[in-house]
Amino acid sequence: MQYLDNYLQSKGGYDYTNVKRNELMKAQGFKEIPFTKTGTTIVGVIFDGGVVMAADTRATAGSIVADKNCEKLHPLAPNIWAAGAGTAADLHHQCAHFNAKLKLQRLNLNRQSRVNEVITKLTTKLFPYRGHIGVALIIGGIDSNGPQLASVSPHGNYVYHPFQSMGSGSLAALGILEAKFQDGLTKQQAIDLAIEAIEAGIFHDMGSGSNVDVVAITKEGVDYRRNIRQFNAKSHQKQIPYHFPANNTPALRKYEFNFEKQELSEIGQEMEIIE
Amino acid sequence: MSGIFEYNGGSIVGMKGKNCIAMACDRRFGQQMSTITTNYQKVFKIQDNILLALSGLNSDIHTFYALMEKEINLYNLKENRKMKPTTFANLVASSLYERRFGPFFVTPIVAGLENGKPILATYDSIGCKSDLDDFQVGGTGGNYIYGACEAFFKPDMSPEELEEVIGQSLVSGCDRDSLSGWGGVVYVLTEQKLTVKILKTKQT
Repeated sequence: MQYLDNYLQSKGGYDYTNVKRNELMKAQGFKEIPFTKTGTTIVGVIFDGGVVMAADTRATAGSIVADKNCEKLHPLAPNIWAAGAGTAADLHHQCAHFNAKLKLQRLNLNRQSRVNEVITKLTTKLFPYRGHIGVALIIGGIDSNGPQLASVSPHGNYVYHPFQSMGSGSLAALGILEAKFQDGLTKQQAIDLAIEAIEAGIFHDMGSGSNVDVVAITKEGVDYRRNIRQFNAKSHQKQIPYHFPANNTPALRKYEFNFEKQELSEIGQEMEIIE
Repeated sequence: MSGIFEYNGGSIVGMKGKNCIAMACDRRFGQQMSTITTNYQKVFKIQDNILLALSGLNSDIHTFYALMEKEINLYNLKENRKMKPTTFANLVASSLYERRFGPFFVTPIVAGLENGKPILATYDSIGCKSDLDDFQVGGTGGNYIYGACEAFFKPDMSPEELEEVIGQSLVSGCDRDSLSGWGGVVYVLTEQKLTVKILKTKQT
């Protein structure tokens, strides 16, 4: 019945078996590697009949760009999307988890998911973890109460406001939003405003960059435009691309494993082996 | 003492080609400034069409690889079929995130071929999967290999050309990193076979 133990061990939730070891290492002086963060600029704007959310596409690990074109807009329900800033792994896995949780609820209750449900579920999950789950989200969607936009902070605080921005580039984006937002925007005006706000974040904030993704949610449906604006596309091709001739890199040994025959063979020696 | 990821050293890189995928790693196993062995394995064949490369703290490399081997063996026994590379890529992400508050100090790269299409994914140490780029790097020499890859890489290369490009990128990058090197191994995976080439570098 050994397999039962293994099965029960991975019941779900977090596994804390390495924590003691890691604390000991930290006490000895080792520094941890920075997790991939989504430096980020994300915005949400409510318009007449729906909500628009936009995000940049840069993911950073320290000062290196880990991903030039990552996706920061996550669907939580057919009518609710989330834009995420913070620790990328937390964002990805928490959003996937909530997506599944909401789907299960919809299957059980046969009702559309609501934005305030999502906010409640999120904040009640995040608060006990005291901010250690690093997700700063903007939740936008349209339900029976109309279009709604809220932001959730890692500690579990939430704010409803017709326009929001979060992430390291939020101040740059907020400048654009505060100046140009007004009630009663059309869908296209809201999209243009959101793109302009992200653009400000991309150019003024080191943690944000690359392209802009936009999603517009209305009663009719969801309009997701991946890379609607590209600011960092390669401007030129290499004039004389590198070309390596075959067997250019000297090898000590070369093996080949054939899948069909399931056999390993050594390919002829190119160089004298000096062992 | 520097970071936990710099304790053992090592670099890995993965690259996509046309219906093929390549992975390369250095061979050094060190303890800070000392080199213990120069034949440490960092790329593992999980299945005929899936390769897993690991860099970081070597004890966690070994533990994480053993964990993944266990998962795939159990999967094969329970489901009586092979695991798809995209499924395995998600499994790695979930396994890493499960230890969100006590992570394994590894940065894996998963490479595979699914219906002839190359799949490449990299992760930070807590499971943030990044699978959109055409090449991925990991380890202490990773940032230097990035530069070489950006210069040498072309989309849709044949297996022979891919082998050369990834080998040159690895060697160029590792030459600038004191904690990586002492040889290199290049794995090229196609539908028919897996080719393993042990490179001759400046100090092998």
